[in-house]
Amino acid sequence: MKKEEPEPIVVTNLVKKFKDQTVLDGLNFQVNKGEILVIMGGSGCGKSTLLRLLIGAMRPTSGRIEMLGTDLALLDGEGLDALRKKTGILFQSGALFNSLTVGENIALPLKEHTELSADVIGIMVKMKLEMVGLRDFEHLKPSEISGGMKKRVGLARAMALDPQIMFYDEPSAGLDPIASAMIDELMMDLNKKTGVTSIVVTHDMGSAFKIAHRMILLFRGRAVAEGTPAEIRASADPLVRQFVNGLPDGPIPLRVSRKDYAEDLLEPGPERF
Amino acid sequence: MQVTAEILENTALGRAAVVTPDGEVDMHESPRLRSALMDAIAGRPAAVVVDLAGVTFIDSSGVATLVEAMKLAKAAGLTLVLAGMNDKVRDVFALARLDNFFRLAGSRREALGV
Repeated sequence: MKKEEPEPIVVTNLVKKFKDQTVLDGLNFQVNKGEILVIMGGSGCGKSTLLRLLIGAMRPTSGRIEMLGTDLALLDGEGLDALRKKTGILFQSGALFNSLTVGENIALPLKEHTELSADVIGIMVKMKLEMVGLRDFEHLKPSEISGGMKKRVGLARAMALDPQIMFYDEPSAGLDPIASAMIDELMMDLNKKTGVTSIVVTHDMGSAFKIAHRMILLFRGRAVAEGTPAEIRASADPLVRQFVNGLPDGPIPLRVSRKDYAEDLLEPGPERF
Repeated sequence: MQVTAEILENTALGRAAVVTPDGEVDMHESPRLRSALMDAIAGRPAAVVVDLAGVTFIDSSGVATLVEAMKLAKAAGLTLVLAGMNDKVRDVFALARLDNFFRLAGSRREALGV
């Protein structure tokens, strides 16, 4: 249930360059309200950069990102903060504070960003923990729970302010298959029940095909394929087939350098030694 | 969000305080609902009826505020009834697995008999 109805995310001609290296090369896509969009791609395809741009941690070289109807480029620090309260991020590491209990970690954004009373925050913490199935763990420290549980607590914290958009950065990274499957289930469950629009960046194909409503495959900073899991699976594009089937041989090369090797070795560089 | 409160004598629930939030009950607004509920409970009626018919949006802070009111009402020995919530609002309670936690009434009239 949402109050406002602009498109959650619209990305237009997005370009990001680091010096002369183009990491994102004219990306166009849209995320519809309530959908789970999975952005896939190998290491170095630009997906982490894309995520940083989407959360406003980095400015694009050119192009435009509109989030909940607002052009990110037009926002100052305060405006970005206000927008961030409407978005949640599940970081790869979970990013919990080890000195705080599980409950205190979840309460933190509520204490920082709202005027809610301690009693109401206490009840909300229990509600959020119930949502991820960990209500009994409120008083433990992150060091006392497993990696999978930490991620679930991270998810509860990311959901603390009832975000309209959730970003997931490699949600299954570092988890065993069971913990990873649990996170998949939770992402789908939260999306279904809260209608939260979800953007998932991953290279885990199993997870991607399970949770996605729509998928985008990034390669060299471009969206080379886009579609439902069934469309992507049925794709005859050799690039898509290589990625989906995890084949070492194909259009995606082992070496990602765009510069010729010999040329690179022979190029006169700055005096270093 | 607007919030109004009134006291009704001789209802089906006895002397009842009716608290009526109207509009959106979000993180920003729910502290105002909370103070209206606190005042209503402090007046020691036999029952507090929260008329949610005009609520178009409620978030988890609003639900938590109502849970707290339920807790305080219970401690004070009075009845708390949520009346007239629409389906969207009910979904938010269901998500928090709290749809069976409250005493519900279809409408304010159903709760109060007047």
